[in-house]
Amino acid sequence: MFLQTNLTHVNSAAEWQKILDENENVMICCGRMGPMCIPVYGIMEELEEEYKHVKFADMLFDSPEAHVIRNAPEARGFMGLPFTFYYKNGKVVKATSSIQNEDQIRSILDQHLAPSK
Amino acid sequence: MHNEHFDAIVLGAGPAGLTAAIYLSRARIKTLVLNQGTVGGQMILTHEVANYPGVEHVSGYALANIMKKQAKEFGAVLKTVRTIDDIALLADKKTVSVNGDTVYTADVVILTPGGRSRTLGVPGENRFKGHGISYCATCDGEFFTGKEIVVVGGGNSALEEAVSLTKYATKVTIVHQFNHFQGFQHAIDEALNHPKIEVMTETVVNEFYGDERLEGVMLRNLKTNEVKPFATDGVFVFIGYQANTEGLNGVVELNKWNEIVVDANMQTNVEGVFAAGDAIAKRFRQITTAVGDATTAALAASAWLHERKRERKPAFANS
Ligand SMILES: Cc1cc2nc3c(=O)[nH]c(=O)nc-3n(C[C@H](O)[C@H](O)[C@H](O)COP(=O)(O)OP(=O)(O)OC[C@H]3O[C@@H](n4cnc5c(N)ncnc54)[C@H](O)[C@@H]3O)c2cc1C
Repeated sequence: MFLQTNLTHVNSAAEWQKILDENENVMICCGRMGPMCIPVYGIMEELEEEYKHVKFADMLFDSPEAHVIRNAPEARGFMGLPFTFYYKNGKVVKATSSIQNEDQIRSILDQHLAPSK
Repeated sequence: MHNEHFDAIVLGAGPAGLTAAIYLSRARIKTLVLNQGTVGGQMILTHEVANYPGVEHVSGYALANIMKKQAKEFGAVLKTVRTIDDIALLADKKTVSVNGDTVYTADVVILTPGGRSRTLGVPGENRFKGHGISYCATCDGEFFTGKEIVVVGGGNSALEEAVSLTKYATKVTIVHQFNHFQGFQHAIDEALNHPKIEVMTETVVNEFYGDERLEGVMLRNLKTNEVKPFATDGVFVFIGYQANTEGLNGVVELNKWNEIVVDANMQTNVEGVFAAGDAIAKRFRQITTAVGDATTAALAASAWLHERKRERKPAFANS
């Protein structure tokens, strides 16, 4: 089961680990096909071309494998989908809960996932 | 500053904007679609669209992608996730300034900026969004299992979502600013008779408070003006809809709800400027109505362009 987006789908914890190992900058949106999540996937699809140094992916919140995000310490207290995680060199640098607009996402990408010089 | 001219600019890429783009570009009118958000607008928020004729089941996301593909295949240029800095429509040459570095001009403009859910705009709302404040019961309801929550609003959405949230919450308190509800009678009855639902009327949320997550709301009683803290684990906000016309104030005529006023051809009070979809003054807001208005707007805009070109053509010399 996966999300109907045009993003890379992370289907298992092993795939999640592989993406983190292979990419310096990663943004993963973990959610469902609901009204708070879909705009975030849409923005990620739009930004994919511009932020070539960032790997954009999604993960189905209800998949048991999504425990890597659902149960992450950074998601403690999160009470709104999607859970969006930003990783640099495999480490969480930022995590957000619920819908975010384009400006908020851009500002996190620019601040936390800047390309290495 | 980069400048580029098109025959037509469509502002907004929801179902209305994409339909306008399909009709205009198919008529060989050089068309630019500028969108502030993601392609599809509110349509992409619909998990399953079951009332779009001719298509039995489709997600709003998939429908938006098909409309986008059609518009592009007919030659429309789509630029999305753009910041619209300025819109000037009074002159013959309409201009739209974008992202601080580009000015697009066109002879005709179709406005399709749609709408969005209203937020409360009180202190703490941004801070606790996703940490106790939600705008979607189906998305986030389960995070409030076994908890006491507040629903803000008094229309059909608020009443229906309050009932649906009783599946998870132990108690739901509806906070509503008026002394009567604006929903359908059956929705009002169902909510008011529900054993898990309590109601506070003539009350508004002044502020959200908490530490790492939401712990409560400051409620103001409108009759007595008394402000009191009310402890709660979560707040769901359903307070209606507003048109995305902030940038159009003073540009075209808006009614008292800030919706764009149009005639039967979807023409605004400004020559060469048309509008369609959820942002116009109308009663029913659906994908089908947006698509229908936009078809009229695009055909009327094509005719207007054609007429204007004919008027401007120099008369044949009588040689
Ligand atoms: C949760 C939900 C479920 C729904 N379910 C259904 C359903 O099942 N069936 C149905 O028929 N309808 C449904 N609707 C209603 C339907 O989605 C809307 O009526 C329709 O999307 C309106 O289309 P639109 O193109 O006018 O506006 P929108 O869809 O709102 O699109 C407007 C676009 O313009 C952009 N924009 C805003 N301002 C500007 C600007 N100044 N410049 C450029 N771009 C701008 C926005 O970012 C957006 O992308 C639903 C709505 C919601 C919220």
